[in-house]
Amino acid sequence: MYRYDQYDQAIVDARVAEFRDQVERRLSGALSEDQFKPLRLMNGLYLQLHAYMLRVAIPYGTLNSAQLRVLADIARRYDRGYGHFTTRQNLQYNWIQLKDAPDILAELAKVEMHAIQTSGNCIRNISSDQYAGAAADEVTDPRPWAELLRQWSTFHPEFSYLPRKFKIAVIAAPKDRAAMRLHDIGIEIVRNADGQQGARIFVGGGMGRTPMIAHEVRDFVGIDDLLSYLEACLRVYNRFGRRDNIYKARIKILLHEIGVDAYREQVEEEFLAVKQLGLDPPKAEFDRIAAFFADPPFQADAPDTIDRSDPAFALWLDQNLAAHKQPGYAIATISLKPAGGIPGDATAEQMELIADLAERYSFDELRVTHAQNLVLPHVRKADLYAVWQALDGAGLAEANLDLIGDIIACPGLDYCSLANARSIPLAQKISNRFADPERQRDLGELKLKISGCINACGHHHAGHIGILGVDRKGTENYQLLLGGSGAEDVSLGRITGPGFDEDGVVDAIERVTDLYKARREPGERFVDTYRRLGMEPFKEVIYARP
Amino acid sequence: MKILTGNDLPTGDVVWWTGSDWSRHVEDAVDVGEDGERLAREEEAARRVNVPYVIDAEATEGGPRPAHIKDRIRALGPTVRADLTLKPADPAAGSWVI
Repeated sequence: MYRYDQYDQAIVDARVAEFRDQVERRLSGALSEDQFKPLRLMNGLYLQLHAYMLRVAIPYGTLNSAQLRVLADIARRYDRGYGHFTTRQNLQYNWIQLKDAPDILAELAKVEMHAIQTSGNCIRNISSDQYAGAAADEVTDPRPWAELLRQWSTFHPEFSYLPRKFKIAVIAAPKDRAAMRLHDIGIEIVRNADGQQGARIFVGGGMGRTPMIAHEVRDFVGIDDLLSYLEACLRVYNRFGRRDNIYKARIKILLHEIGVDAYREQVEEEFLAVKQLGLDPPKAEFDRIAAFFADPPFQADAPDTIDRSDPAFALWLDQNLAAHKQPGYAIATISLKPAGGIPGDATAEQMELIADLAERYSFDELRVTHAQNLVLPHVRKADLYAVWQALDGAGLAEANLDLIGDIIACPGLDYCSLANARSIPLAQKISNRFADPERQRDLGELKLKISGCINACGHHHAGHIGILGVDRKGTENYQLLLGGSGAEDVSLGRITGPGFDEDGVVDAIERVTDLYKARREPGERFVDTYRRLGMEPFKEVIYARP
Repeated sequence: MKILTGNDLPTGDVVWWTGSDWSRHVEDAVDVGEDGERLAREEEAARRVNVPYVIDAEATEGGPRPAHIKDRIRALGPTVRADLTLKPADPAAGSWVI
């Protein structure tokens, strides 16, 4: 993985010192909250319902074991013993004290981490495929491209005060595991007819109040032009994006208003001008970055078979493993979704155990997924049983990846000051209702996503089943959506009709899944059946009078 | 009744105006009547509390109960982690919130 050079380390250390001074001035009374708020947000420090919340950036979701151990240590020393992995592959602490924030940032900086640009109207943490560098189906490892974008976008002076926040995802496989088309800019690394690698550029996607799927604006941009082209994309947005209305300030609204063709024309014109500025790095610099992501020293003759004689282990293999590009190896997802648990939460002890497993069995590498799970990307098949046993002993061997129990949920009204309704208790009720592993496997791939407000941090628009919590005259109410997807078959969910209370929505989901079981055809996932049948039969069972 | 709340500046803890100071416990909150906005401005200017604001609450035998669930969750703690609330040993605390 990428390691900081002297410049990376210097700017992060300088930012810690700067923030320490800002916090001291706030605590002394020299700065008002109005003056301090933009400064703390630039360092990922929010004020939430119960305390300050610190959002730590995990670039493209890649971590090493030393970093995860520091995250665990911070959870134990400065928080309440746990952290929350988010849908942007980051980690949030919910109980941070302002006076401790500079010390925490200093601890993070020691392991090349920070919280810069995890808030504010800037380019946020670049997200990517959690299987990057390991997946059997990838064109190349997307992380060198993502790292180049991280360096370009960090402290970019022109893009520090955009009309609104800006999210970029980079993938390099036909399977989209990063909700790429639901980002402000989505990038898919592809190979052209000449065998050269380049980027398909999609612009104007997003969830939130006005969900939209990104449009393709260029089918191929070579690495030699990538930064200039993206600079042009951002410049056009920065110039024409609406700053008069926060609800219309995202780039998706600009594209919607002027049309993708007009936007593309502007970008191409700007690109010709930007290209003269010499922004794109020489090939040697990209190669320098790419060298950090070279394959680990895989064992060439690693056995490619697995002893499946333990039934519980075999179930975990079938559900939580993905194909690795290297024979004899596998990608293992660690579910942070036990039945009745809090999606994405991990205790300090769990983090330390997983860090130990990564160090011992996965070349010191870990990944965070946008679905709030963790991944050991490079495990020898011969070691999988030992890994599973260790996970099982710590309650981390839930075999439910992409099943109905693998729920994405935002922190909701239990923690978040923006939320209108609680998300976590609903996730707990649903995962308990469908706790039977056999029942989950029978339902097959079913992505259920819950947001506690219209900002859609829980990706409800992209759920095969989505739930949006709203405030109806002071009471929590939940709208049900069907048919969304954040994958390569991207689509936006549709609201079924009137909302429900907490128990009502769980019952409605059960009726929906019962209909799916009754009407599915061989090989159909839930979302396939929904797309074939349409909304009406689902509405009939959802709102049927007893 | 109307009560005044905010977050403690150095810790971020949820606090409630007692008439002369700030308390972690909503039971200590007093009715600020029409003085809430003025008190909020004064306390914020004095840098003693972050983003104070006035809310409606119901006067009960056990003390003020905020009208909105968001402030009841602020008063007690997350409904999904009883161990992290102000009353981890009180089984009735959850129903006070919901």
